[in-house]
Amino acid sequence: MSDPILSLEGVYTDIAQYHILQGVDFTVPRGAVTMLLGRNGVGKTTTLRTIMGHWRARAGSITFDGIDITRLPTPAIARMGVGYVPETMGIFADLTVEENMILAAASGRLDPARLERIFAAFPPLKTFWKGQAGTLSGGQKQMLSIARAMAEDRRLYLIDEPTKGLAPAIVATMAGALKALKNEGASILMVEQNFAVARALGDFAVVMDDGRVIWSGTMAELVGDGLLQERLMGLSLAAGH
Amino acid sequence: MIGTLLSGDLPRSRILTALLVVIFLGLALAPFLFPGVRSVDTAARISIFIVLVASYDLLLGYAGIVSFAHTMFFGIGAYGVALTLQAMGRGWDAVLIGTLAGAGTAAAIALVIGLFSLRVRAIFFAMITLAVASAVGVLVSQLSGLTGGEDGLNIQIPRELTPAFKFGGELWGVKLNGKLLAYYLVFGTALVLFLLMLRIVNSPFGRTLLAVRENDFRAEAIGYPVVRYRTAATCLSAAIAALAGALYALWLRYVGPETVLSMELMIDILLMVVIGGMGTIWGAVIGATLFVIAQNYLQEVMGWASAATEGVPLLPNLLDPDRWLLWLGLLFVLSVYFFPAGIVGRLRAGKWNDPK
Repeated sequence: MSDPILSLEGVYTDIAQYHILQGVDFTVPRGAVTMLLGRNGVGKTTTLRTIMGHWRARAGSITFDGIDITRLPTPAIARMGVGYVPETMGIFADLTVEENMILAAASGRLDPARLERIFAAFPPLKTFWKGQAGTLSGGQKQMLSIARAMAEDRRLYLIDEPTKGLAPAIVATMAGALKALKNEGASILMVEQNFAVARALGDFAVVMDDGRVIWSGTMAELVGDGLLQERLMGLSLAAGH
Repeated sequence: MIGTLLSGDLPRSRILTALLVVIFLGLALAPFLFPGVRSVDTAARISIFIVLVASYDLLLGYAGIVSFAHTMFFGIGAYGVALTLQAMGRGWDAVLIGTLAGAGTAAAIALVIGLFSLRVRAIFFAMITLAVASAVGVLVSQLSGLTGGEDGLNIQIPRELTPAFKFGGELWGVKLNGKLLAYYLVFGTALVLFLLMLRIVNSPFGRTLLAVRENDFRAEAIGYPVVRYRTAATCLSAAIAALAGALYALWLRYVGPETVLSMELMIDILLMVVIGGMGTIWGAVIGATLFVIAQNYLQEVMGWASAATEGVPLLPNLLDPDRWLLWLGLLFVLSVYFFPAGIVGRLRAGKWNDPK
């Protein structure tokens, strides 16, 4: 894992009186997909939010492409080229699909070739391009949320549970689009509970428990060792086999 | 051409379009269509309030910021012109300097309030604006040597804007004098400011404001510094309100705390925004027109209705012109009940809507 795009060292994050992250250490290699795994409530989403600066780390440091971003404000981190797809999607319901996409491009312009690729991955966005984003279905909103992160070249993508609560057909569409993004050589850190998707996309895996990283290595190692999966993540992932 | 002028934000409803055209023509030709001091005065007030209400909607409807200091900015504009005219004499230079100074001061105060309070929760901003606005109100009353206190100031405006200035005989029975020029100064400036606001809300800046209003966390996460956008909206809205205030002072040739700084006026603005429809600049046109007309003519209509129903038990009493506020209140309750998204919101969503 030489030359990481992102590295966290001893990151502690508190939310109110709760100590959610308790010394998180891991690195995200450049040009690969790293899966952040673990049971519910172990701090995966908090880790992504801390990287984005939504929550402030009480201690530790976060380095993005050689620059310490631990204390930077969220918009500055975004402008450095970090595309974040939150679990809640966070689309702007009152704006049109087009306006949502334009807002996500720092230049205020969308590259036509890139847009064609996005439409190919998510056809409904082309259909509802001028429609209000609030009227999209749940799956379409998730597509828009991911498409928005893809509106420009990002140096790093943070994606939080892109397939959560989606119908199987849409999960497949989503996985296909993420695969295409991966094949373009993007650096991705993704939280994913669906182990089938995680296994198909991930190059590396980081497993968290109780606000700490308890294991990290290649996805192949994790997939090849059922006992290890059992030990790290309990039965919750067994269904993914 | 019209689409460009309106920044692509068309009314999108036939009835609304018809209403807007009627209001526009009514205001543009008011001195000729409705000659008479009172009707022209009403038309001028409508023009000014459209700008004031639209500038408040920029804040409330687009940026999602609740402020109680909007009349304060309006008052700063009005006093800016009044004090400068008093100090420098009745010249156009004084009007220009006073207007710019008023707008600049309003924007500067908005900047300070914004930077101090827009970082925290919205309710604190609302409370701080309330406190600052009250303080300024008291200050204006107390500094009577400068501001004329509660009595306000009668001001001398440039001679070209007074009835004494004549530049021809009559046109369609209307005297061509300074008062007519003053009306068209008000109407023309209001029109330009309105089109400017329409441009602002339909620009990328306006879209970003909507995004910030809807989900500020998300707007930050895609790279927009939320505090900066909110502060910019506050400053813009304050500066435009001050410009409306300057027009009002020039039109009335008077400023006073009751006329330009009162809390009642603030509530009126809020009502006009809500009645017209929040989050659409067109709503300001409908809201301000209805409100100002009701304020000026409801009493008269009631007096007429009261006389017409003479002999019927109870009705003449209920319709007594002194009870006009009761009926105005009822009208508002009904309009909010039937048009929760404002009149423009209702018309745009209605069955009469043009297909998009």
